[in-house]
Amino acid sequence: METIFGVPVVALYGQLVLGLINGSFYALLSLGLAVIFGLLRVINFAHGAQFMLGAFTAWLLLNHLGVGYWFALILTPLIVGLLGAVIERTMLRRLYAADPLYGLLFTFGLALVLEGIFRWYFGAAGKPYTPPSDLQGAANLGFMRLPKYRIWVIVASLIMCLSVWALIEKTRLGATLRAATENPTLVQAFGVNVPLLLTFTYALGVGLAAFAGVLAAPIQQVSPLMGSQIIIIVFAVVVVGGMGSIMGAIVTGYMLGLAEALTKVYYAEASNIVIFVIMAVVLLVKPAGLFGKDA
Amino acid sequence: MNRMLAASLAALVMGAGPALAQISDGVVKIGILNDQSGVYADFGGRWSYEAALMAVEDFGGEVAGAKIEVVTADHQNKPDVASNIARQWYDVDKVDSIMELTSSSVGLAVQGLSRDLKKITINTGAATTELTGAQCSPYGFHWAYDTHALAVGTGGALVEQGGDKWFFITADYAFGYSLEENTSNFVKEKGGQVVGSVRHPLATTDFSSFLLQAQASGANVVGFANAGLDTANAIKQAAEFGIVEGGQKIAALLFTLAEVHGLGLEAAQGTTLTESFYWKRDEESEKFGRRYFERTGRMPSMNHTGVYSAVTQYLKAIQQAGTDDGDAVSKALHEMPVNDVFAREGRVAANGRMITDVYLMQVKTPAESTEPWDYYNVLATIPGDQAFMDPARSGCPLVQ
Repeated sequence: METIFGVPVVALYGQLVLGLINGSFYALLSLGLAVIFGLLRVINFAHGAQFMLGAFTAWLLLNHLGVGYWFALILTPLIVGLLGAVIERTMLRRLYAADPLYGLLFTFGLALVLEGIFRWYFGAAGKPYTPPSDLQGAANLGFMRLPKYRIWVIVASLIMCLSVWALIEKTRLGATLRAATENPTLVQAFGVNVPLLLTFTYALGVGLAAFAGVLAAPIQQVSPLMGSQIIIIVFAVVVVGGMGSIMGAIVTGYMLGLAEALTKVYYAEASNIVIFVIMAVVLLVKPAGLFGKDA
Repeated sequence: MNRMLAASLAALVMGAGPALAQISDGVVKIGILNDQSGVYADFGGRWSYEAALMAVEDFGGEVAGAKIEVVTADHQNKPDVASNIARQWYDVDKVDSIMELTSSSVGLAVQGLSRDLKKITINTGAATTELTGAQCSPYGFHWAYDTHALAVGTGGALVEQGGDKWFFITADYAFGYSLEENTSNFVKEKGGQVVGSVRHPLATTDFSSFLLQAQASGANVVGFANAGLDTANAIKQAAEFGIVEGGQKIAALLFTLAEVHGLGLEAAQGTTLTESFYWKRDEESEKFGRRYFERTGRMPSMNHTGVYSAVTQYLKAIQQAGTDDGDAVSKALHEMPVNDVFAREGRVAANGRMITDVYLMQVKTPAESTEPWDYYNVLATIPGDQAFMDPARSGCPLVQ
């Protein structure tokens, strides 16, 4: 059998595909963070909790209202995004003028409260969520058996990431958004409702987290802890990609997913720190991140 | 001067009441120290605290004329946090005994600290046999189960079904190592072999890459030497990647009712597991289970019922000894048989291990289950002497 550094090539392919799946989540989540940070200058520590909220909303929709996966995939980001808008309007907005640290502290507190509430009501062990019937079973790729649902995760994440990137970089709305970050006063003078834009941006970022949450629900247990487990990695992804860089967040998300997968093949014990090692190295060599413009 | 006289007089009068004088500070305080926010929060958590409260209420709220209090705290699965809380409890809050102590690293740390202070610990939540092995303590007791019992129960059942080539997916800390080692030894003793193993950090959400390695290993049994939410995620993902369909069997070495409930019967059905308690075991256990359910909305696992049993037995020991002094209570605990809803004819060995029957279970299919929490078929009862390690071989210096 052909091998690379003692690992059979087929096994390596398998792990890389898995890395791509993890990378899909990193990309989606870090994209949301990058959107919020890039345009609002808020470090959204509640992103993990909002990811968890997405998964739970899908679970609640299914178990209490009978809403299936596909509708939940559309509805959930809207519901959680709306909640994000309410949070932004009533609370977060007041902190824009203050030091960015306050935004971080506020969202961190919010995350703890949300997690605490869900843990109290649902327990830590989590709830099961079965994949939709059209995506059950597995496809044989020759070198591995890949659950169909995971193929869908890669596809959905790619489509979503590219759409958001196009929305912000290629459309008029995106251009206005970016302009509003650069110089809110001037943009407001042109008759644009800047506060509304900011609300929309936060809701978009939160909605992305919720979307990722729904995608993750059938893979993991829907658990109050699922957000805090992934959020730290996602922050590392954002730092490596360059704070606020949209494309940087996406590309780095997939790249670090792959790096993690490779580590699992060669030295599994290090798999949970490899991302942070990469982060440290990048910060030393290129403090602005791989795709960042300013330090 | 007058005040001092009054105080001495009062002390004299108090001293006349023989029972009260023997209980330090007039209160028996029991601490339930466990994970209340992490992957083991359902395995024990506040549900264990409830079980302790129930035990105290059933005991009448008083022992040897002194009031009984229960306190609880979250150790976050961190030995340093747990040691700090334990020290604070002993030194400042005058806690007399600490119980539950889920997570082996925590259990070992707190048992070591309590030994120096001559305080009783009764561990129901941690699994490692080290607690009653090389690191055993005259004041430390291990109650509900341990890695040896899990290896004999679940490991034994799978070896008997022809599972002779094992691959382990192991939690990367004291508990995982102990469980893997115990099971490996057992498998090898029975003529099987271990073809590989991989270690994952505590609280892993994605097991797919480990499962892929297990698939490629050529093993016929994939052993999950982990617990709580980790095992639940691993089982769920094993089904997706077609581990069982591919002809490999899954051994969830530590899996309890709480996690089966979380995972759902659809995904958990057919899993073989070992517990030392099942609420539908008999009439008495069912009565207890339903009482517990009324308070908590869930049925107790071996850990929760273990806490109930441990608290009850500790109080009985104080009653017998007439004091809460560590040496006297330890002596009583070692001598008294354990007979309650959890253990029948249980006994405590010299190394602190409580020896009682454990049960091999299989998770029911959704069709077999007739009501919520009706999850197990009991496949076999494993007598305590077989389930737990012979104390003489445990490596505990206290065993002559």
